[in-house]
Amino acid sequence: MKLDNIYQEEKKSNFAKVSEIIITMASRPSGFIGLSILIFHVILAFISPYIAPYDFKAINPTLMLQAPSAEYWFGTDDLGRDVFTRTILGGRTALTITFFGSLIALLWGGLLGIFCGLVGGKTDDIVMRIVDAFLSIPWILAMLLIVSLLGTSTEVLIPALGFFYGKGIVRVARAATHDVIAKDFIVSARARGHSNFSIIWNEIIPNVRDAILVEGAMRWSWMLLGFSSLSFLGFGVSPPTPDWGLMISNARGLMSFAYWSVIAPIVGLSSLIIGINLTADAFAKALGIDRSTKAPV
Amino acid sequence: MTEIIQKVKNLSIGFKSKKGEEILILRNISTNIKKGETVGIVGESGSGKSTLALAMMGYVKHGLYTIGGECEFNSSNLLKMKNRDLEKIRGRKIAMIPQNAGQALTPNLKIGYQIDEALQLHSDLEEKEREQKISELLNKVRLPSPETIALRYPHELSGGQQQRVAVAMALAGTPDLLLLDEPTTGLDVTTQAHVLELLNFIAKDTGTSMVYVSHDLGAIAQVSDRIIVMYSGEIVLEGPSRDILKKPIHPYTYGLLKSIPKLSLAGLPQSMPGSQPQPGTMHRGCSFFDRCNFSEEKCKNNSPQLEYLEKLNTSVRCFNHKSLMNDSQVNQTVNKIKTSLQDKEILNLSEVSISYAKQKLLDQVLNRISDDNPTVKDININIKKGETIALVGESGSGKSTILKSIAGLLRTKGGIIKFDQKRNLSSDLKERDPNDLRIIQLIFQNPDESLNPNHTVEEIIAQPLKLYFGLKGEELKKNIIDLLQKVRLGEFYMSRYPRQLSGGEKQRVAVARAFAAKPDIILCDEVTSALDVSVQAAVLNLLQQLKEDFGTTYIFVSHDLAVVRAISDRVAVLYQGRLCEVGPSKDVYQFPSHPYTEVLLGAVLEPDPDIKPKLVAEDIVEEKPPQKGCSFQGRCSRILGDICKNEVPPWQITSSGNSIRCHIPLKELQKVQIN
Repeated sequence: MKLDNIYQEEKKSNFAKVSEIIITMASRPSGFIGLSILIFHVILAFISPYIAPYDFKAINPTLMLQAPSAEYWFGTDDLGRDVFTRTILGGRTALTITFFGSLIALLWGGLLGIFCGLVGGKTDDIVMRIVDAFLSIPWILAMLLIVSLLGTSTEVLIPALGFFYGKGIVRVARAATHDVIAKDFIVSARARGHSNFSIIWNEIIPNVRDAILVEGAMRWSWMLLGFSSLSFLGFGVSPPTPDWGLMISNARGLMSFAYWSVIAPIVGLSSLIIGINLTADAFAKALGIDRSTKAPV
Repeated sequence: MTEIIQKVKNLSIGFKSKKGEEILILRNISTNIKKGETVGIVGESGSGKSTLALAMMGYVKHGLYTIGGECEFNSSNLLKMKNRDLEKIRGRKIAMIPQNAGQALTPNLKIGYQIDEALQLHSDLEEKEREQKISELLNKVRLPSPETIALRYPHELSGGQQQRVAVAMALAGTPDLLLLDEPTTGLDVTTQAHVLELLNFIAKDTGTSMVYVSHDLGAIAQVSDRIIVMYSGEIVLEGPSRDILKKPIHPYTYGLLKSIPKLSLAGLPQSMPGSQPQPGTMHRGCSFFDRCNFSEEKCKNNSPQLEYLEKLNTSVRCFNHKSLMNDSQVNQTVNKIKTSLQDKEILNLSEVSISYAKQKLLDQVLNRISDDNPTVKDININIKKGETIALVGESGSGKSTILKSIAGLLRTKGGIIKFDQKRNLSSDLKERDPNDLRIIQLIFQNPDESLNPNHTVEEIIAQPLKLYFGLKGEELKKNIIDLLQKVRLGEFYMSRYPRQLSGGEKQRVAVARAFAAKPDIILCDEVTSALDVSVQAAVLNLLQQLKEDFGTTYIFVSHDLAVVRAISDRVAVLYQGRLCEVGPSKDVYQFPSHPYTEVLLGAVLEPDPDIKPKLVAEDIVEEKPPQKGCSFQGRCSRILGDICKNEVPPWQITSSGNSIRCHIPLKELQKVQIN
């Protein structure tokens, strides 16, 4: 609550600020659940190669489509591979690629948005119309075009995803900048003769950082869904690398009699997306940019 | 005895801090509102006056809760009532008029429809009758041609008209009690005087009780029968308005009245030291102890109780009220301002005109501004080194626009801004060299907006020092501490964020930042209007002190004529972007004046029930300056005829050097104005 601010005194270290935000996030049930899921997935992604019980690419025709058992917890797929092994490994690529993709999206989207918001005028008009034009293209078509032209390597996927998911951030960053730009401290900095760079870095970024970070966190979960869709369509990760999107795509035909091979990756993917979403919401609330605040009266 | 309609009993409202402590916003408030009386609640921001007014209609803000006590209306406690029952009372029995009517009206519904909604909810009238009632209500709040107003949207009305509509809506339910939360604070002086006069009329006409919440003792003095003075969540003084304003027996009220600048007195009023304690930081003893000139040892540890004095019909919370009673005539003493006026002119504005008109394509290509009737025109002012010149006028008079052009933030259409009689200053920032930017600094109205909320005080003051002088490390720090000391702030403020400072402290930081550049000219844009009265006096005194120390020139923009009277050497009155009168401040405040200056002076509200505002002209708002003739022709009560409409009036100069731009000969003007 705003009134509490008066009781905060001295300047806090960055570490103290971050830990305070995390504690605030975890003190809400939804934030706690979201954070737990996210942390669980991240830890799993780090340690899964060491704890996986089987080889993810070991094909065994004698073990085709086994139901879950003590030996094969989540059963086996149509090639006799262990679904548990493939599920815990399946999030790694998606997480890594989308994490770096979101960073790129944040960086270019945020900076371009702030710049447009600051300079305004014709530059702003032209850039924003280009962004609008890109927003009107269904991203999946454009992605498919890029991937089919340049291949599905990580070096292509990360910047391509980063570009397509950054478009939306441009608008958010620009809007956040517009909120700040009319304030007198910007006018004052201009009147003193600071350069555009100095105004962006010193005056605007500290004030729009939170809004952009929250938006970036939301984009991360959408990007994850997008990336999995690409894999599902066969344009993401190439087999035999385990990947949720790919696993769902392979096993969907068998759903009626071997549900286990498709349930596990679905749970993995959706829990991660829900986790990121809840975390982003809690993050927004902890920072005080709650999108669902009640009207004061 | 008159009937009591609202009874507040031992009311305490507060919130829980993060640590779980109970922090009180209102502390044990008890008061009664009688039928037909107007009660003014006055106090500085944070004194709990709005919280009290909202509690009177059974509303407690989100995050706050009732700790104890009750608000009794019609013998039922509003604070314990169910929402469903409250709905029947709100609007019908108790109505509220908000501070900002522009925000309280729905922007995409017509005025008539919105009033009709209120009538449907709060009365049992049939559709035909409602239609009639709408024009009746609009008539009552003195809006011209109610039928056309009802068909308009809120944005098509001026601020004063919107406020009148809000009054009409509140009256729709014929309430017994009207709560007004700073209803005139955002309005121009002349409009404010008109709205207050209307409220007075309505109070008499309908017999409605009113609770008028304001920080402005001037406005309170005009409307209220009884005044409640609040300080840090407590009632410190309550009594008949005349007694309180003439003979305040509480040291806080006494100090408050002394810190208000008055039209009749040139010079700076005395400031009250310190600031109101934050909720939750109060200790034992009187909450006003730190700032009190009359405090004794016992005030430190014992908190005084509200004591009812039968003879005066007044309640007071002070141990020493008896000694105050004997000599509490507010004998205002002022600190005379010293002028270090030099003959050297530092800034010349000649034939400056500024236009907000949207440029046509051809003009854009040719990079010129064409507008035959610009927003600001014919500005000729020569500013001497070391003087304080004030630009006054209502909103829309172009005073801030002129400041922006001087600061280089807004391109002029024509004219020359010359610094030090040598250099021409471009009105475009990009064409000024860094030194030209340094010599002119700005201080803004609202320090909440002019200080970056994510920077510490140190970072804020360091910016100009780094930019203009390239200071680093120890030297930078030493300079910052120096500047903080100059604005009377301690070294420990360096690590604070603006949100941890009070309004006055923030404005001091903004002043320190402006002086960090070692400027020759400081542009002050309504620097005190966002501050509390007691803080305002302190900031004005500080500005004056700094001016004497550094020999800075101030260009001071304000709508508050009393403040301008206190600090300025010379005054320029603007209407619709045209100069009306320029002269030494003591002459501008005397007749003969330009008819517009006369209107402004008449509308000033003084905290004295005997001085009533004189409403000379209508408070219509003109959107555009007239194409030809005198700029004030539309509202002038002394208009001569065609000459005013067709010819720009000449400058007439009085013997004391006051220039007035009017067709009426000065002698005649003086004669009619004195009568």
